Amino acid sequence: MPAVSKGDGMRGLAVFISDIRNCKSKEAEIKRINKELANIRSKFKGDKALDGYSKKKYVCKLLFIFLLGHDIDFGHMEAVNLLSSNKYTEKQIGYLFISVLVNSNSELIRLINNAIKNDLSSRNPTFMCLALHCIANVGSREMAEAFASEIPRILVAGDTMDSVKQSAALCLLRLYKTSPDLVLMGEWTSRVVHLLNDQHMGVVTAAISLITCLSQKNPDEFKTCVSLAVSRLSRIVSSASTDLQDYTYYFVPAPWLSCKLLRLLQCYPPPEDGAVKGRLVECLETILNKAQEPPKSKKVQHSNAKNAILFEAISLIIHYDSEPNLLVRACNQLGQFLQHRETNLRYLALESMCTLASSEFSHEAVKTHIETVINALKTERDVSVRQRAADLLYAMCDRSNAKQIVAEMLSYLETADYSIREEMVLKVAILAEKYAVDYSWYVDTILNLIRIAGDYVSEEVWYRVIQIVINRDDVQGYAAKTVFEALQAPACHENMVKVGGYILGEFGNLIAGDPRSSPLVQFNLLHSKFHLCSVPTRALLLSAYIKFINLFPETKATIQEVLRCDSQIRNSDVELQQRAVEYLKLSSIASTDVLATVLEEMPPFPERESSILAKLKKKKGPGAVSVPDLEDGKREGGELNGGGERGPDSAAMSASNASTPSPSADLLGMRSAAPMSAAPTSAGSLLVDVFSEAGPAAPSAAVNDDGFLSSAPPSEDPATLLSEADELLNKFVCKNNGVLFENQLLQIGIKSEYRQNLGRMYLFYGNKTSVQFASFTTTVSCPGELQSHILSILRATKPVEPVVEGGAQIQQVLNIECLTDFSEAPLLNIKFRYGGALQNLSLKLPVTINKFFQPTEMTSHDFFQRWKQLSQPQQEAQKIFKANHSMDTEVLKAKLLGLGTALLDDVDPNPENYVCAGVIQTKGQQVGCLLRLEPNGQAQMYRLTLRCSKDSVSLRLCELLAQQF
Amino acid sequence: MMRFLLLFSRQGKLRLQKWFTPMSEREKKKIIRDMTTMVLARQPRSCNFLHWKDLKVIYKRYASLYFCLAIENQENELIALEVIHRYVELLDKYFGNVCELDIIFNFEKAYFILDEFLIGGEIQETSKQMVNRSIEASDMLQEVRCAGTHSHTQHETWLASVV
Repeated sequence: MPAVSKGDGMRGLAVFISDIRNCKSKEAEIKRINKELANIRSKFKGDKALDGYSKKKYVCKLLFIFLLGHDIDFGHMEAVNLLSSNKYTEKQIGYLFISVLVNSNSELIRLINNAIKNDLSSRNPTFMCLALHCIANVGSREMAEAFASEIPRILVAGDTMDSVKQSAALCLLRLYKTSPDLVLMGEWTSRVVHLLNDQHMGVVTAAISLITCLSQKNPDEFKTCVSLAVSRLSRIVSSASTDLQDYTYYFVPAPWLSCKLLRLLQCYPPPEDGAVKGRLVECLETILNKAQEPPKSKKVQHSNAKNAILFEAISLIIHYDSEPNLLVRACNQLGQFLQHRETNLRYLALESMCTLASSEFSHEAVKTHIETVINALKTERDVSVRQRAADLLYAMCDRSNAKQIVAEMLSYLETADYSIREEMVLKVAILAEKYAVDYSWYVDTILNLIRIAGDYVSEEVWYRVIQIVINRDDVQGYAAKTVFEALQAPACHENMVKVGGYILGEFGNLIAGDPRSSPLVQFNLLHSKFHLCSVPTRALLLSAYIKFINLFPETKATIQEVLRCDSQIRNSDVELQQRAVEYLKLSSIASTDVLATVLEEMPPFPERESSILAKLKKKKGPGAVSVPDLEDGKREGGELNGGGERGPDSAAMSASNASTPSPSADLLGMRSAAPMSAAPTSAGSLLVDVFSEAGPAAPSAAVNDDGFLSSAPPSEDPATLLSEADELLNKFVCKNNGVLFENQLLQIGIKSEYRQNLGRMYLFYGNKTSVQFASFTTTVSCPGELQSHILSILRATKPVEPVVEGGAQIQQVLNIECLTDFSEAPLLNIKFRYGGALQNLSLKLPVTINKFFQPTEMTSHDFFQRWKQLSQPQQEAQKIFKANHSMDTEVLKAKLLGLGTALLDDVDPNPENYVCAGVIQTKGQQVGCLLRLEPNGQAQMYRLTLRCSKDSVSLRLCELLAQQF
Repeated sequence: MMRFLLLFSRQGKLRLQKWFTPMSEREKKKIIRDMTTMVLARQPRSCNFLHWKDLKVIYKRYASLYFCLAIENQENELIALEVIHRYVELLDKYFGNVCELDIIFNFEKAYFILDEFLIGGEIQETSKQMVNRSIEASDMLQEVRCAGTHSHTQHETWLASVV
């Protein structure tokens, strides 16, 4: 056959393409293209009407330019004109251009649709096919609207040519995928199913794609296709290789159709009809048998086509998962492929076996291939094949072979490709945890993992090992000993230092008896790594050091020396500096009891889904981590770090240290410190509360937040704020003592006292039941900006007891300092276990700005003078509102006194009115406030006016007080 | 269902692109870049399959040209490999000893042949004879114009030189 003399060559196009190919540089190419575009533009705009051929040629050039990757913004209209040409070749180019460069220009779409409509009704099969191809290529919603009802008619009409039927079936499929709502089922649907019986194999091949898709969406309506598909398959499978003429591909009869039929059957459960099922099983057996026959051709196409059918049959067998005999045969067949010389087959066998491993009938059979798979992991040259081998090992792992598989995966990791290391690490970590019989093996495995592939060990993995060690006392001593040994290595990964710092800080005492790992030796070992580590790790180590001081008083002097040296206490990193300063003070001022309480051992982590598994799922997408996942969903241990998702919370906590955002690796005691009132640079002048319960309410810079001090486990799910919370807040605006909260289990009482900008709040937690509350923890947090630049520091002077016995009451003291005015209230979160169920509640603590009022007595003259001074509009806030409570004079007076201001007599000319004055004390400034309340007994209304030297205070007070009267 | 088919040269020059689902130009460019770098980096005699995002990528080299076909995850890799081969056969039958230049200079024909073979990412007709018959039929409809030819320099016959 001659090359390229077919049809009509377009000489101009060939010349242009040659020119482009001869361009030496990208610039030259662009220049040539711009020249051509200018030329075409002028031709299209010119007065002389172009003939069809020229139009076709230029449109074709534009298409070529577009396919080279350049933008085309004209020529669409000319292409549309070509659609209505009577010359096939012009029409064809027009359609091609439209298919490749769809433009959502609705005007154009209407014209295109018009041309398509004409061609569809032309009864010329070639034109009809062109139009159908175009619809399928564009597949837009507009096209679906225009043709979704027309195409089914063409598809099932008796006189439609076969080739048109084929195009129509796939065109309809395309529209159904784009706009299923527009393709209405109807009388045509049953006739479509019967296309499976069509004499023309091409029609069956095209129709089956449509039928498969429709069956997936409406399985019941298309149920009859099962028996039709089985009989069609049976005829193909049993046919001789020459029966199907041109539909035989390299001696394999109708491989595409066979695969499609097997795929269609996978939309349904095994056939219920015994005869149909028998026939199908026969087909499957024949396919398996054929795999054992000698090949009819040496061509790879022959074996590919044959094996394509075989793999599809195996998929169906796995899908049915009910024929043990077939499952085992499938497994044996795949086992043969595992050692096949064709890389493709080895790859596919590994992939297919992964799904086979999850069937109870074949799981054992898959396991027998373990040596081959391990060998594949070690020796395959192609990384994608090794990846499949690793997946399969993961899928076939169970308790009986876990140690072997984990060991092999670990040793493979040493040389594994970078692209798959992280995933491998996660898989090893999951298997080690899931199948750990003794936890010392688990600890060994994870530490090995860090040693071998430390860079790929994500935070989730090392958080997890700590979670498990904390939750299992039987492994803590071993873990301490092992990390101690691992840290001896001259170069060890930073993740190892993190795990080591954490574990020795918590459990170093368990190995301190051995002189080789005495407290000082442990400390020196950890500290020798300090200078090589990043800031978050150093922060963790500092926390470990303070724990050491608590565990081993004999290390106190050495550690204090370290904390005191300039590189710590004057570190340019605020986080590190703050820790050094605070830990140093803590260790020198606090009594041993206080220290012991503050640095108590971490409580067990709550149970929840493994963070590593979650990560792997995220990485692989849903369904990808099927096997071990299915076996049992629940796993022990809890999320180590309350989850990285807790971002907002910890971010808020650290927001005060604007210069050092909290390190993301933050966990446990490492969360950034609570807000400090002093600027970081003047850290030396910080007043550090020594946690003493007695003594004056010292202005307190909190050392740390809940994570460390109240040893609260990280919150897992935010407790819902009680709905009446705001009412609670209002209840305590004018009083300081009372019952804050009560339900069937728990009563919380509150007593508070305020002086100047400081306050102290006593919280009494009463257990109303006869059963003890376990893991009782409370956390105080300041939401949003309250934390960062407005309010106060709230700090529990002492963590609450973790256990509240039935009927008992425990007490907690909070110290409060008002830094500047604020409007939000801090939150108190309480968590405990009552008979196994986790209780979680959040309350707003009734700390309002008026608590920091100092009453000011003044004369009428002074009052009005100041009133006038505060005359800027924003300084005043006013509200007129209806009385909600009694308007009795004595009640009102009591409330106004409770507010904290001085109630001034003989000031207002109207004796019915009340005026008050006070100063709000914050750390930074004093805010003077004047108040006037004008009751109108007849109307049961009040008018409340506030004037303060700071606008935000006027607003907030007005808001608070309007609820009180 | 197939998602896209790309033909590119050893130098990463794109020769044909067929998208079976709507896609923005930006996405297309990104995919083309990903595919060429990924496939061209493969060692010889590796397997022909790759995982890419949630798709399977099936590729095969014929002489200087790579054929790269993306299919959905549950689809059959081997049969997809033969889709590529059948397309090569169709091109070969039409052009006679097809080579890369044929596709460069007659790109529109390459698209027409593909349209006769695949529609909307599914196979329309697997018979070589049937596809060729409809192409011949449409060629018969074309008016005979100047029969521009070009010489087959750098000619390599694909079917003989499958790598």
